Amino acid sequence: MTDQQQPVDPALWRGLTHARTSRRGFLRAAGVGAGALSLSSILAACGTAGVSSSSAAANGVGSAEWWAQQPETKTLNYANWPYYIDVAHGKHPSIEQFQQSTGITVDYTEPINDNQPFFTKIRGDLQAGNYVGYDVIVLTNNDIPLGQMIELGWAVPLDHSRMTNFAKYASPLVKDPSWDPGNTYTMAWQSGYTCIGYNTKYIKEDITSIQSLFDPKYSGHIGMMGIAVELGAVGLLAIGVDPAASTPDDWAKAAETLSAQKPLVRSYYDQDYIKALKNEDIWISMVWSGDVFQASAYQGYDTLKAVIPDEGGMLWTDNQLIPVGVENPVAAMTFMDYVYDPQVQALIEDYNAYVCPVPAAKPIIANQLKDPTVANSPTVFPDTQMVARSKPYYQFQNSADFDQWNNTFGPIFEG
Amino acid sequence: MEQHVRADLRGVEPERRHNRLGRTLSPYLLGGPAILWLVVFFLVPLVTMLSLSIQTCDTFTLACKLTWHFGEFPDVISKFGDTFVRSFIYAGAATFATLVVSFPVAYWIAFRAKRKNFFLLLLLLPFFVSFVIRTTAWQFLLSDQGIVLGTLKDHHLLPQSFHVLATGWAVIAGLAYNYLPFTALPLYVALERIDRHVLEASHDLYANRRVAFTRVVLPLSIPGIFAAFLLTFVPASGDYVNAAILGGTNNLMIGNIIQNRFLLLPDYPAASALSVILMVMMLVGIALYSKVLGSRTIEEYV
Repeated sequence: MTDQQQPVDPALWRGLTHARTSRRGFLRAAGVGAGALSLSSILAACGTAGVSSSSAAANGVGSAEWWAQQPETKTLNYANWPYYIDVAHGKHPSIEQFQQSTGITVDYTEPINDNQPFFTKIRGDLQAGNYVGYDVIVLTNNDIPLGQMIELGWAVPLDHSRMTNFAKYASPLVKDPSWDPGNTYTMAWQSGYTCIGYNTKYIKEDITSIQSLFDPKYSGHIGMMGIAVELGAVGLLAIGVDPAASTPDDWAKAAETLSAQKPLVRSYYDQDYIKALKNEDIWISMVWSGDVFQASAYQGYDTLKAVIPDEGGMLWTDNQLIPVGVENPVAAMTFMDYVYDPQVQALIEDYNAYVCPVPAAKPIIANQLKDPTVANSPTVFPDTQMVARSKPYYQFQNSADFDQWNNTFGPIFEG
Repeated sequence: MEQHVRADLRGVEPERRHNRLGRTLSPYLLGGPAILWLVVFFLVPLVTMLSLSIQTCDTFTLACKLTWHFGEFPDVISKFGDTFVRSFIYAGAATFATLVVSFPVAYWIAFRAKRKNFFLLLLLLPFFVSFVIRTTAWQFLLSDQGIVLGTLKDHHLLPQSFHVLATGWAVIAGLAYNYLPFTALPLYVALERIDRHVLEASHDLYANRRVAFTRVVLPLSIPGIFAAFLLTFVPASGDYVNAAILGGTNNLMIGNIIQNRFLLLPDYPAASALSVILMVMMLVGIALYSKVLGSRTIEEYV
C-alpha cells in the first residue's frame, strides 16, 4: 500500500493561489473609479469582477452550524460527464438502489464534456450566489476550474460527519489528495489515465512507447488532443521530461516536437477522438483509459487497446463537489458518500472501467459480478508497476504561468 | 361612456388633438418592441464585446479591467492572420459552390416547375434536421472505412490511404451543403419576380433562349445573387461547426479560434478582438459590395 501511495506525487496540481488580495483591491479601485457616465465608464462597466460576495466562507456556508441547519430534502440534481455510471436496461442500477433506500429522487444528468466550457456556463450563477441547477458537479484536477471553484469560494466545504464510507473505503490515491488537502471540498468520482490507444487491426506491433505517436508510419492516422493541458503533458513525456517538474524551456522544446509531429496528425480532438478511433479514421491516439476499455469490452470494438507507455501515463482525477447556492446539500453528501460503498462502487466501476477509488470493490467485481477482465485490469486497480508509471500533471503557479503554457501549446492545435 | 360619445359628437377638435399626439408617438410605440430587442440583444452585447477587446483579464479569476489595451488587435492579427485568410477562402469557395449548384434548381422551380411549393419544400426538407446532426452524419458517411470510402477501397477503386475527412475540401463541402437554402431561396425569389412579359418581349425582339437568359434573366437576378451571397458568405465565414467536425489539423476557421478563446482558455480579450475584426471586415466588405450593386437591393432581399 505504501508503494502504491508514494510514486503518485502529492503535488499533482493545486489552485492558482497567488496575488489574490492585491487583485481584489485592484478590482475595488476599478469599481470606485468608474464614476461618471462617460464612454470609458460604459465600456468599463462591462468588465467582470473576479471575486464576489457569493463566496461560501464569507457566508458561513459549509460550517458545522450551517450543516446542522440544512433540512433533509428529497431531491438531488447531479451533473456528471457522459459514460461514467452503470447502465442496465436504460436505467442506472446504482441510482435506483439509492432512490429506494433513501427516498431521494435523483436527477442524474451528463452535461459536462469539458471542464472549462461547463464552468463558463455556471460561472454567472456562482458569482451571483444563485443555484446553478446542480447539487453536485464533477471537475478534473488537471484543469483550472476545480482550483477556481475552491479558491474563489464557490465550493461548499463538505460535512465530514457524513463521509463514513469515504473514510473507511477510499483508496489512498484519492484520500487527502494534494489538490484538496483533507478532502475539505471534494470526494473523487474516478481517476483515469491519459495514455495511448490503438487499433490492433492496423497496428500489428505491440505499442510500448509514446514515440509511436510520432511514427511517420502512421501518418494521417494519428490522433492527438486539442486540449492544452493534455497535449503539453504528452509532448513533455515524449521529450523525456517529467511534466510536473518541467520548466518553460522544456515547454518550448516539447512544443517544437509537437509542431514537427503536426503533418502526421489527423486532427486535434476533444472526447471526439473515441468516435474517430471507432470509425477507424485514426489508428493510434492519445486517449482516456476508460473510454477505450468501454469501447473494446462492451461496445464490440474489440480491436481497440489502451496501453500506458513506458514513459508513463498522465493520471488525473475527477472530483465531486458541491457548488455554492446548493439547494439539497444533505442529499448531495448522502449520494457522494453512497458511491464509496464497495457494493455500489463495484456496479459503477464495472461499467466505466476507469481507475477505481475503492479498492474493496475489486473482489466484488471478480466474485459477485463475475467480470475478471475489469477486476484484474491494471488500469482499473493499478498494481505497483502501474502506479510507478503514473505521472502527475504540471502544477500551475499563477495565471501568468498558465497563460504561458497555453500560449506555448495552444498555437499547435489552433494553427 | 355615454358622456364620452357626446363629447365626441359635440366637436371634433379634441379628437383631432388626440390623434395628432397618437400620430407622433405611434411609430415609437410600434417600434418599441423591436428597439428594445435590438438594445438588449444587439447593442448591449456589441458594446460589451467592444469593451472586452480592450480590457485586460486575469485567466484565473476572470476579473477584467478596462485598460485601453489595443495591443490585442495587432497581436491576434499576427497570430491568426492566416486563419482569417483561410476562413474567407473556404467561405468564398463554399458560396461559389452553392451559387453554381442552386441557380439551376431555383431557375427550374421558378420558371418550369408546376408545383413550386412542393419542390421548395423538398429543397428545405433536410434542413428541418439539426445543423450539427446533419454535419455529424456526413462525418459518419465519409469516414475512411465508412459506407462510401470503405466500399470503394474494398473494390480497390481507391488507394487505401485516400481520405476525404480532415481536408479543406471536406470543410468547404460541408459549408456549401449546410448553407444551401440561404442561397437557393433568395435566388428563387429573385427569379420568380422577373416579369414574364419582359422575357416575352425579348423573344419578340429575336433573342434566342440563350441570349434571353444572359441579357434578361441573369441581369434581373443579380439582386438575388447578391442577397444569396451575403446570406451565405457572412455566416459561413464565422462558422466553426464544419471545420470542427469535418476538418483536420490545418483546416480551422476563425470561428473555431474565437470559440476556443471564449470557452477553452479562456481569453476573452483575444476572442473579442477577433470577433470585432471579423465584424468590421464583414461590414466593410458589405459596404463596398453594396456600393457597387446599390443598397436598395439589400433592403429588398435580405
